[in-house]
Amino acid sequence: MSATVTIPTQLRSLTGGSGQVQATGATLADIVADLETKYPGMRERLLDDSGKLRRFVNVYVEDEDVRFIGGLGATIPDGGKVSIIPAVAGGAPEGHLRVQATARL
Amino acid sequence: MAGVHLIERLWSLKFVTGLRCRECGREYPAAAQHACEFCFGPLEVAYDYDAIAAEVSPRRIAAGPPSLWRYSALLPDADGERVDIGAGMTRLRRAPRLGAELGLSHLWIKNDGGNPTHSFKDRVVSVALSAARSFGYEVAACASTGNLANSVAAHASAAGMASIVFIPSDLERGKVAATTVYDGTVISVDGSYDDVNRLCAELSASRQWAFVNVNVRPYYAEGSKTIAFEIAEQLGWRAPDAVVIPVASGSLLTKTHKGFGELHRVGLLADEPQVAIHGAQAQGCSPIAQAFEAGSDDVLPVKPQTIAKSLAIGNPADGYYALKDARATGGRIASVPEDSVAEGMRLLARTEGIFTETAGGVTIATLERLVREGAITPDQETVAFITGVGLKTLEALEAVSTTHLRHASVEAVDEALSGAHFGSADLPSRAGA
Repeated sequence: MSATVTIPTQLRSLTGGSGQVQATGATLADIVADLETKYPGMRERLLDDSGKLRRFVNVYVEDEDVRFIGGLGATIPDGGKVSIIPAVAGGAPEGHLRVQATARL
Repeated sequence: MAGVHLIERLWSLKFVTGLRCRECGREYPAAAQHACEFCFGPLEVAYDYDAIAAEVSPRRIAAGPPSLWRYSALLPDADGERVDIGAGMTRLRRAPRLGAELGLSHLWIKNDGGNPTHSFKDRVVSVALSAARSFGYEVAACASTGNLANSVAAHASAAGMASIVFIPSDLERGKVAATTVYDGTVISVDGSYDDVNRLCAELSASRQWAFVNVNVRPYYAEGSKTIAFEIAEQLGWRAPDAVVIPVASGSLLTKTHKGFGELHRVGLLADEPQVAIHGAQAQGCSPIAQAFEAGSDDVLPVKPQTIAKSLAIGNPADGYYALKDARATGGRIASVPEDSVAEGMRLLARTEGIFTETAGGVTIATLERLVREGAITPDQETVAFITGVGLKTLEALEAVSTTHLRHASVEAVDEALSGAHFGSADLPSRAGA
């Protein structure tokens, strides 16, 4: 399962300046592991010491916040889109809030 | 090149040692940067508190300007670059009639509607644009639910800076008019505040604009501490027992807590403050109150549907720390039903003669709930934060009822008021004799 991962400016020093990279994995945890293999150092930037996603990293799979779809266990569709966004910058990718409102009903 | 410029300017921020990540503690030079390069945590301004303690005293502060800049030692003070149109030093008023109604014997209202653009946002903008100017920015920008837009446009005009403010297109008319009058650029976006904020986060990466609540956020947020400084000074250099604060991003709440703590740290408060920090949200946008009630540290984003548009942030940047501060101080973050917001506005107006906007209605309604549920006890000295004026949100008071006369005559008044009682003042025969 291959996905396109959007990399924020803070992590581009690890990707040679690339804002988008390819990674493979069935779950978000697999994607993080693959990113670590390709771009060593990525794991500790995304996960804390206990192996959980850092509090101020927002990750979206197909514009849905992974906090609603199983966190690191979130399933990655083939050809899917994963976005990594600093939380303090605020906000969410377009469409995300509308999707959440539906999910909360 | 920008980096060289910023480092040259670093030394003009008195007592500031740099920026520090609140999550992992990594340190950075004082520049226009808001998130940690390593862990994405929020950056905070770090100070040399020993040097501040050696300089500050109640007497020096009292001799300072009648604005928040009297506390310049505890702010990122870009000496010579201050953008000061008089924010701060708003009234702290006793509220005996509201207190009696709610069952509180020592209630105060901190009325930040008295700021230059009639909301507490003038505190953060004055500090943010002072820092921005010292960094060499010429354009002030923000994402706003209204009050911030007013304030950024006004401060930018006074400082001779250009302004570009981004707002959701469904804002109250009063807030839009009170922004466009300053003749900056106002861009309204079809979407929520969170959509507008995300847009500004993207723009801040590619534009040389000082987005006060994005790339200049560490400095901006420091301005909120001054409300705590003022309350302590106005109470005669002591802290209250409890405060009730409206919560949108959570920044005002966390910085109020930080402000009281700093006063003790630099010796302006002899005793360690024991202030219960309470937060107020409207149910239509209450992500932090929901996490508080669930006992969770994770603030899940919501789509706001609230009458209190100035509090309509569904994905609050400082939610996690707001939860932490409320819990650490014995406070609560609670929400109130939407229909209690206008009731809160009316209650404050009816008892104390203060006309607040919807956010203030949320604060008063939450105060009522906290007292009713015993979270605030009758003898606790309590300060309710009124962060903006009601003229900005007239839409919230849909049913405006007046007594209408077709003719300007005494008889018409008597007829219209027949049966009404105003105490001894309503005796027309005595007054007219």
